[in-house]
Amino acid sequence: MRLEPIADPSMARKLGFPALAIAATMAVATLLALVAGADPFATLGQIATGALGSKLAILETLNRATPLIFTGLAVAVAFRAKLWNIGAEAQLYAGAIMAVVLGTGALGSPLVLPISALAAMLAGALVLLGPVLLKTRLGVDEVVTTLLLNFIMLLFVSYLLEGPMKDPMGMGWPKSPALIPEARLPRIVDGLRLHWGFGLALIVAAAVWVIQTRTTLGFEIRAVGQNPEAARFAGMPVNAVLVKTALLSGGLAGLAGWSEVAGLKGNLSLDLSPGFGYSGIIVAMLALLHPLGVVLAALFVAGIFVGSDAMSRAAGVPTYIADMLLATALLFMVLAILMTRVRVVRG
Amino acid sequence: MTQTQAEAEVVLRLDRITKAFGPVRANDAISLSLRRGEVVALLGENGAGKTTLMNILFGHYVADQGSVEVFGQSLPPGAPRAALAAGVGMVHQHFTLAGNLTVLDNITLGTEGLWARGVGRSAAKAKVGTLSRDFGLAVDTEARVGRLSVGERQRVEILKALYRDARILILDEPTAVLTPQEAEALFATLRKATARGLSVIFISHKLHEVLAIADRCVVLRHGRVVGEVDTHGTDKAKLASLMVGGELSLPSAEVRAPGPVLMQFQGVSTPDRGAVPGLKGVTLELRAGQITGLAGVSGNGQAALADLIAGLALPASGHLMLRTKAVADWSPRKALSEGVGRIPEDRHHTGSIADFDLTENAVLEAYRTPRFSRRGWMDWRAARSFAEQIIAGYDVRCPGPDTRIRLLSGGNMQKLILGRAMAPGPEIILANQPVRGLDVGAIAYVQSQLIAARDRGAAVLLISEDLDEIMGLSDVLHVLSQGRLSPAFARGSISAAELGLWMAGQGFGDARHAA
Amino acid sequence: MSDIIDILISASFWAAVIRIASPLILATMGELICERAGVLNLGIEGIMVIGAFTGWMAVYQGMPLWGGVAVAMAAGMLFGLLHSTLTVPFGLSQHVVGLGVTLLATSTASFSYRLMLPEVTSPPKINPFPPLDLPILSDLPFLGEAIFSQTALTWAAFAVAGLVALVLYRTPLGLAVRAAGENPAAVEAQGLSVTGLRMGAVIVGSGLMAVGGAFLTLSAFSSFFFEMVNGRGWICVALVVFGAWKPGKAVLGAILFAAFDALQIRLQQTDLGALLPYQLFLAAPYVLSILALILMSRRAEVPAALMVPYNKGER
Repeated sequence: MRLEPIADPSMARKLGFPALAIAATMAVATLLALVAGADPFATLGQIATGALGSKLAILETLNRATPLIFTGLAVAVAFRAKLWNIGAEAQLYAGAIMAVVLGTGALGSPLVLPISALAAMLAGALVLLGPVLLKTRLGVDEVVTTLLLNFIMLLFVSYLLEGPMKDPMGMGWPKSPALIPEARLPRIVDGLRLHWGFGLALIVAAAVWVIQTRTTLGFEIRAVGQNPEAARFAGMPVNAVLVKTALLSGGLAGLAGWSEVAGLKGNLSLDLSPGFGYSGIIVAMLALLHPLGVVLAALFVAGIFVGSDAMSRAAGVPTYIADMLLATALLFMVLAILMTRVRVVRG
Repeated sequence: MTQTQAEAEVVLRLDRITKAFGPVRANDAISLSLRRGEVVALLGENGAGKTTLMNILFGHYVADQGSVEVFGQSLPPGAPRAALAAGVGMVHQHFTLAGNLTVLDNITLGTEGLWARGVGRSAAKAKVGTLSRDFGLAVDTEARVGRLSVGERQRVEILKALYRDARILILDEPTAVLTPQEAEALFATLRKATARGLSVIFISHKLHEVLAIADRCVVLRHGRVVGEVDTHGTDKAKLASLMVGGELSLPSAEVRAPGPVLMQFQGVSTPDRGAVPGLKGVTLELRAGQITGLAGVSGNGQAALADLIAGLALPASGHLMLRTKAVADWSPRKALSEGVGRIPEDRHHTGSIADFDLTENAVLEAYRTPRFSRRGWMDWRAARSFAEQIIAGYDVRCPGPDTRIRLLSGGNMQKLILGRAMAPGPEIILANQPVRGLDVGAIAYVQSQLIAARDRGAAVLLISEDLDEIMGLSDVLHVLSQGRLSPAFARGSISAAELGLWMAGQGFGDARHAA
Repeated sequence: MSDIIDILISASFWAAVIRIASPLILATMGELICERAGVLNLGIEGIMVIGAFTGWMAVYQGMPLWGGVAVAMAAGMLFGLLHSTLTVPFGLSQHVVGLGVTLLATSTASFSYRLMLPEVTSPPKINPFPPLDLPILSDLPFLGEAIFSQTALTWAAFAVAGLVALVLYRTPLGLAVRAAGENPAAVEAQGLSVTGLRMGAVIVGSGLMAVGGAFLTLSAFSSFFFEMVNGRGWICVALVVFGAWKPGKAVLGAILFAAFDALQIRLQQTDLGALLPYQLFLAAPYVLSILALILMSRRAEVPAALMVPYNKGER
């Protein structure tokens, strides 16, 4: 078999294959429910109602989507430049650490929120700066270095929480002291459990979209990602663009950790992120790396997670079904997107 | 052709081969036969369908219609393995060698069952040795292919086919990368092969070579056979008109008095890149109102020289002078701002970004100038109208500025790159293989634009492997061989054969002596 | 300092080094085969997890130990088939597919574990591979404990490494695999199938990765935990680079790495361990891997066609 590019794919093709990917994922979900001995339709229904069925469920989904929007944007920005940042998890924790460092009394002014947000972005950016400099200076593959940094960062957080950052009132649990009220993100609407981190995520997604489409930096990032050789020939400073991309990407992931601590949890613990950094990759890919698509994809992914938790409690199908479905969706979707552009021909 | 050859058995028969890629008919009912001991040339312009036809014969592609018969047996479609087994050997235009493996490994690859327990290296070595002697193809079997010269690599490719006892050899543009003298050696090998009863299909667009080596010539145009002639009863002019469907004429170029030196290389050297030599003490002047031609086989330092002009590199030693000053802070961006216009060798991978539209490709070099952006914000409206100007001014055939450039033909892509390079009115123009792979119409257009640029006072450096092109267009020319630059030759003061000797590296000793 | 010397001259230390190195060797060989054929397999982390889980579960359900190894290998090959189908004929991003396969394999293991053992609170145990008692050799002083007290699976790991080197460098198949990673067009022009070679390499390589994972549950420990692979797969990717894509050097790299790992575990028990936070020791393997990558960055000869998909149409 051979893949032949299609010059001008039809709308049916552009929509049909992604739809097929979603259908195939649903089929896998059905199969998994059957394997688990549950009624497939009831299971799917319970996932849906678990994610969207009540005001509480919707708020939970929105809250879960917030860090995913940030990490999804971080990954999307980096992947656009073919910078394989798999370390959003580490960058997220770096941001979370800054939220605690500055939010537990070190700063008392009303400026504590913006300052800690900037510090979180800076910390996240610095965590990615190392791997990207190793890539541009020495040619070290950033996939493995960013992956390994995730493990190192978790151990560092564990050290902080058992040592210098340990909450003296924590009764032995490895967690940080709580943030002071001025360092907490307010709720969007009084009485509803949804903080301004979500609003900020939407604003940031729009900002990233503007950067990518309207600025010279966005043009450079896309050019470097598509064809670094042509970008270099045309006069773009390829390595500098990669570094700038990394700072932006790491900064966005840092905001994810900051928003979780300052908005949702109020302190730092080792279970702050159930893999938001990794899920960000799925979000970004499902969004085709489009910043506004990231918002939708993050809502979808969050819905699957929240819905599966609820369904698992009710139907007894293990909650890991969510990860399986998302991995399946990811693989089907990248295949479907390829098939919108090429056709398989004989010989 | 002798009487006996004419009656010799037919070893290969292609019958009404048809193949379409999307809307383009690359091959349209092409029939062809080849007899024992015969050399048939397949002649045609770029894009005429020669390579596609041979890829079908060899099984890389499956034809939509038609059949291939080798020694009376029909060949299953899409199976290179079957073609190899039937005795067809192919020397691809882009060599299919693994650089990190040895010559012997490359030759024996795939010749033994994959599940065989070991490789019979000594027997293989002996066989390669015999073949090398018999056909005049000297190579070191234990050398890594990555370290070999282009000519040596071609010998390995031919040995690969002979090692498999090929009875039919297909050579796709085999002389494109050779000096005239190396090409002569190749012809000697081919004559030895045909004397032993092998048959050869020789793909080319160079008329004099076809006349020199082939018995018969099949001419393709737009995927169809437009003529089949006995080479003994024809001449260059007839073949040329068959090939392009009309009279062929190079753009006329009258000689003018050159202007001041705009760019100068003073004893410039650059490091070697693996097997490709860097520049060795090159001294070169580019003058206003002059086209300076750089002849030579690819891989003799052209890339290093082009990179210097384009701003991608600085000399390791010696000086690169811009007008009267030596450049120190040098980059593509700096080169652009100093009035260097660049047409890169590889328009697909270096000159354009395939999935960007024409607007984005048009401003790839100038996006940071005030015309297209302010304080980091792009002005896409200005960019789009600029793209429209190029499209109109340079006759770029396309649906519009929002078309992705990958959908354009090579000629139209090159016109956009040309328009982009010419728009700021460059004083110095680097044209690296500007017409390679283009059709005749696009070639004439690009060449006339280079002449026009010269006439308005630009210094043009034309790098080309095509001697006809370079001798036709250049006011002065140099030869680059193994990183060394020959003295300047004025237009008409040197013959192709003499250029060939310089390309092969002869004469440089004398030049050094004289200097 | 004397602590370190005491550790280094103890037989139990070297026994641990070889034990820690074994799964790394298996998985590194798997990754090396894939990369030599031109495919980066980032599914390795998840494939090790699925190998650890399926191997253990098969034995827990009553299969013999070698049966568990075979089941793990088959499971790994299945995920290798998935990976290679997407990355070879379809030429999809090896990064994205690899991470997707890792996520899918990991979640499949977790899902199946919860499904099959819904009630357990502490992980059940199996009887793992016992140390192989070799006549005479196992009774040697020092060496007997350090080297000749390993399980059969350890010996298998070293045998696999030898076999991989032999096949890669001494057989037509190995030549074809290496050529596929250097220049697939050369393979195609000689009548061999690039798709077949690459898919085959990824499938076999994934099988080995899974056996590497199974080593953890069937030989090193006797239970399955969710986090047990814990980045070992990524470390193996680094070891392939460190070994310059050569089996012998990769094995040496794995042993060197295991020595540092065994050392850091033992150092935690010393005065030094009381002085420094234990997380510093635990982070050592990851830091070491990054250092290895930096060290080899300019030297290694990367297979020229690594991560370059091959499509016959784009000649």
